[in-house]
Amino acid sequence: MWDGEAARAALPAVLEGFGVTVLATVPAFAVAMVLGLVLALVQRAGPAWLALPVRGAAAFVRTTPLLVQLFAAWVLVPALDAPVLGVLVLGTHYATYLSEVYRTGIDAVPKGQWEACTALSLPRRRVWRAVVLPQAVRNVLPPLGNYAVSMFKETPLLSVITVHEMVHEANTFGSTHFAYLESFTLAAGVFLLASWPTSVLVRRLEARLAA
Amino acid sequence: MPHENRDDPAVRFERVTKRYGDRTVLDGLDLEVGRGEHVTLIGPSGSGKTTILRLLMTLERVTDGVIHVDGRPFSHMPGGTNGKLVPASERHLAAHRRRIGMVFQQFNLFPHMSVLENVVEAPVHVLGESREDADRRARDLLDLVGLGDRADARPTRLSGGQQQRVAIARALAMRPGILLLDEVTSALDPELVAEVLDVLRDVARSTDITLLCVTHEMGFARDVSDRILMFDRGRIVESGPADELLESPAHARTRAFLGRSGERGRPLR
Repeated sequence: MWDGEAARAALPAVLEGFGVTVLATVPAFAVAMVLGLVLALVQRAGPAWLALPVRGAAAFVRTTPLLVQLFAAWVLVPALDAPVLGVLVLGTHYATYLSEVYRTGIDAVPKGQWEACTALSLPRRRVWRAVVLPQAVRNVLPPLGNYAVSMFKETPLLSVITVHEMVHEANTFGSTHFAYLESFTLAAGVFLLASWPTSVLVRRLEARLAA
Repeated sequence: MPHENRDDPAVRFERVTKRYGDRTVLDGLDLEVGRGEHVTLIGPSGSGKTTILRLLMTLERVTDGVIHVDGRPFSHMPGGTNGKLVPASERHLAAHRRRIGMVFQQFNLFPHMSVLENVVEAPVHVLGESREDADRRARDLLDLVGLGDRADARPTRLSGGQQQRVAIARALAMRPGILLLDEVTSALDPELVAEVLDVLRDVARSTDITLLCVTHEMGFARDVSDRILMFDRGRIVESGPADELLESPAHARTRAFLGRSGERGRPLR
């Protein structure tokens, strides 16, 4: 059943794929964090004519499948390379979730903090930058971490637009050497090894912030 | 616009009404506080005392009437046709509320900043002071409130009384002409009340700041106030010099209130 030889042979390919997975996840999550913050700020503090359409668009992206978005972008924006497109679509998709997370964090900043800012005449920009956002982001570090892990686990979807991430590599190896069991097991193992410590870290962070 | 006049009261409420839905908190209130005067508002909870401070700090907007600060319209501004007063824009408020500072019942310090950063934040980012100047002055103010050695601590590491003293230093750092004190000892453990009141007595004596306090500490009210106003249901029931009003209140409502708080010039708790 299990062919140790094949597994050993599959390892380099799987690890190379893992490199691509990480290279996709890190910038995609950066896009999600920044764009998510912008979306949250526009919805919370922007003018109504902008906030409403943005809220609608974010809800649309959030409620349609990532897989469909990847295909659609692949067809509609042929100018971009698959990895770049994948990072942007993945980042945008998660940005719509993170904007909700940020919003919760912002809402959790006590009213008294805003009132203190008014009493000190702090300008709006400064209120957001120096008082509200630092506390809001701190409030939501654990859910942000959880979303990072789940985004990491969704990167295999990028294979449908030909990004050679880990599952794509495992699949290719499996079909050429007829060793699916070995290559996919390795890929799963690597996912586990990477996700597990991250989620433990997130849980620890959560506990520390709650204390 | 009329020029600032030394004789203008620091604060003047002109027929100010504040309603929340169909609940009227202030009902056509007229009120004047002179420059450098120390006025304390007393009265049962829900009588509208705190609302007065919140309106002045622009945390709430008036429903009707006009608030003047230093002889100029504050809640309103000239505008519309033939200079009629219209509700003030956010910009007008921002330009004029710097004169006013407030200390809150719940301190409202910024928990993610050090004590020193709390105090220098507004002088640097609102008054445009250099970080060095602001630092130096903040340390002086922290010395004044007896916390010179806690400048680098996080507010959450301090006792309630210490936090409230930092909040006082933070408000003073903006050099306000008018300082609003909203039940500043109500959230404190009894043994921490005195240290905060001592600091405020110092401030009241050593500056020419205009003070407007809401408090249940009658001893403090007597010590620092030139005048005490007894409030009930959004109206001033009685007003007079501190000693007089506390010793021999003219109005039955005041007698009942002071009687119920069970003391004469001693702290409530």
